[in-house]
Amino acid sequence: MKPTKTLLTAAALATAAGSLSAEEMTIVSWGGAYSNSQLKAYHEPYSEKTGVTILNDDSSAEAVAKLRAMNEAGNITWDVVDVVAADAIRLCDEGLAMEIDPDTMLAAAPDGTSAADDFGDLLVSDCFIPQIVYSTTFGYRTDMVGDTPPTDICAVFDLETYPGKRSLEKRPINNMEWALLCDGVAKDDVYSVLETPEGQDQALAKLGTIKDSVVWWSAGADTPQLLADGEVVMGSTYNGRLFSVIEEQKQPVAMLWDAQVFDLDGWIIPAGLSEERQKRALDYIMFATDTQRLADQAKYISYGPARASSAPLVGQHADLGIEMSPHMPTDPENAKNTFLYNYEFWADYRDDIDAKFQAWLAQ
Amino acid sequence: MAALTPISRKPMSVVLPTVALAGAFAGMFVGAGNGSIPLGILGGAVLMTGLAWVFINVLKNEQMARWITILAFGIAGILLSGPMGGVLGLLGGWFFAWFIYWLYEGRYRQKLLPYLTAKQVFYHYLFRVICGAIFVFLITPILVVLPLSFNAQDFFTFTPEMLRLDPEGYSLKHYRDFFTNNEWQRSFKNSLIIAPIATVISVSLGTLAAIGLSQSHVPGRRAIMGILISPMIVPLIISATGMFFFYSDIGRFLEGTLGMNKNFVGYLKVILAHAVLGIPFVIITVTATLVGFDRSLTRAAANMGAGPVRTFFSIQMPLILPGVISGGLFAFITSFDEVVVVLFVGSASQKTLPWQMFTGLREQISPTILAVATILVVLSIGLLATVELLRRRSERLRGLSPA
Repeated sequence: MKPTKTLLTAAALATAAGSLSAEEMTIVSWGGAYSNSQLKAYHEPYSEKTGVTILNDDSSAEAVAKLRAMNEAGNITWDVVDVVAADAIRLCDEGLAMEIDPDTMLAAAPDGTSAADDFGDLLVSDCFIPQIVYSTTFGYRTDMVGDTPPTDICAVFDLETYPGKRSLEKRPINNMEWALLCDGVAKDDVYSVLETPEGQDQALAKLGTIKDSVVWWSAGADTPQLLADGEVVMGSTYNGRLFSVIEEQKQPVAMLWDAQVFDLDGWIIPAGLSEERQKRALDYIMFATDTQRLADQAKYISYGPARASSAPLVGQHADLGIEMSPHMPTDPENAKNTFLYNYEFWADYRDDIDAKFQAWLAQ
Repeated sequence: MAALTPISRKPMSVVLPTVALAGAFAGMFVGAGNGSIPLGILGGAVLMTGLAWVFINVLKNEQMARWITILAFGIAGILLSGPMGGVLGLLGGWFFAWFIYWLYEGRYRQKLLPYLTAKQVFYHYLFRVICGAIFVFLITPILVVLPLSFNAQDFFTFTPEMLRLDPEGYSLKHYRDFFTNNEWQRSFKNSLIIAPIATVISVSLGTLAAIGLSQSHVPGRRAIMGILISPMIVPLIISATGMFFFYSDIGRFLEGTLGMNKNFVGYLKVILAHAVLGIPFVIITVTATLVGFDRSLTRAAANMGAGPVRTFFSIQMPLILPGVISGGLFAFITSFDEVVVVLFVGSASQKTLPWQMFTGLREQISPTILAVATILVVLSIGLLATVELLRRRSERLRGLSPA
């Protein structure tokens, strides 16, 4: 009968397609311009060198939940996963990511510095191989701020000088810290204040002063769209997104680097892969996180390479031909006033503060 | 249609307030676009009342009044918001000039039955307006997407160039991206592999189930029907979670124990999952057509020596074909649109079009999604129109009048 025939043909096709690319690995990342930069800087050279076909899965946003489910079902389909440092710490604690020994599994710098020293403090977890330093910071519409463009993070809370909507991420992280900074708390005291219920209320009260003017975002692409539309006068997002809005899309937007919050993004390898797949994943990691490769990625997106030895190699944008170093969050000009995200604090307090924040949002 | 009812002119006390109301309604939108809604409402009402009064009492020449309104509105539109506003202005001017005379001359009664009361006439037109409003409400979101997909920028925004109808503001680059980008092409191909096969499975199994369940001697018919239809009623996310664990085990067995190809098993899982989702649609549509099916035909066929299989294919199947086809269409669309289950059951090599659109929307708001949406809308309209034409043709051939 006809349906059976169709099925058999499909089966034959699928089998043929499968056997052609026996060497195949699935790499999970964030999608968009970020995945594209990895494709150009890591995947394409790696495929060329080894003949391995790389499949992209843009699922990093739900990596923790999906890895848990895959682990429970005993069916792990991912080989290498790109996650933020906080997720890597959680996955490592739960035993869902394999531990990495930087000295044997990662390449040394060209001058012989060991990988452990080259990455330095950025190795925040035993399972995490840092890739980039990015920051969450603000961009503003240059045509909507009058003659006095904002230079200070507290412009976000200043509705009188800068009327209009602003977009903030729909979660307490970063927003609570910025609120306290602008409510007179010294930078060094922010987390000790935020530990107390009174401090949390103080931050929420400060956020409450602008609550009616806030558009809450949950995807990194939201703020660029809102800024391009002129729906908001300023908004927070990842610095690479703002770079693309300003330099690639030529929108009337500028960066407000003040009190930018640094964070890390990098790779993990899921625990429990078969020996053959684990070997291939490690081979990929060794290749993709060496000094030259990390510097190459910065040609396509304005995130800072995680290795100290990569910084001097950062060159020009691949298509636009502009120097990339002034657009890096780590550039001294941009990093005059930065805020260090405290992983331990948020690991301990995240659930409580999240609940409080969500309740406050719903009021 | 010839005039049914002799018409007479209406008094100003009826015409002016109605025109003012319509003017206020249109003015509200113009006002919203230009800063002040109350001002728009007031301006619209005053302007329309004034126009109606001047036309009826001073100008007294319908042809000229119409042209004046159309031109004046067009120019006002251009002044307010460029060429786009001009087009809207021309349309608005045409409508209002027509509307004023339609009311004043009493033409609205012309094509209605003479014995209708004023209230009935009112409800007649109110019904039309409500239907039109529902239509606009349903269609506008789809229509907005079409021009945006030709945006020269990478945002979901009507740029000033686009509103000025400047060719610079439009481009086909998002369509180019769809046809050249590997990720999009791969997911499009996957959708084209998965949806038709899942449809064939749903249609075969669903039709068989519907025929079986329509026999009166099957015990527990209702219960079986309920279970078979449940994938349509259970929230998708719950089915998806269940399927994830169910198919993980099956996949492990097929790959590990039977040594089947990983990719093939991946496709098989998604296709089977989508077939399950499509079956209820086929069962429901086929059951509905079976209600009108005359059982004595199968008995007559048996009487003349045809076996059950032959009876099915040459007697029953052609008669219930419309139900089977529309069920198949629903099953196809279900699989083609489905994102939740494939996110759970599929792995990256089975990424379908909706999956790619979903991640694209979340991670990067790229108008390529709109270009794909436009292509899909055009394809679906074509598909539905073809099926409808075929159905009418077959009904004509069989001597039935089209339903």
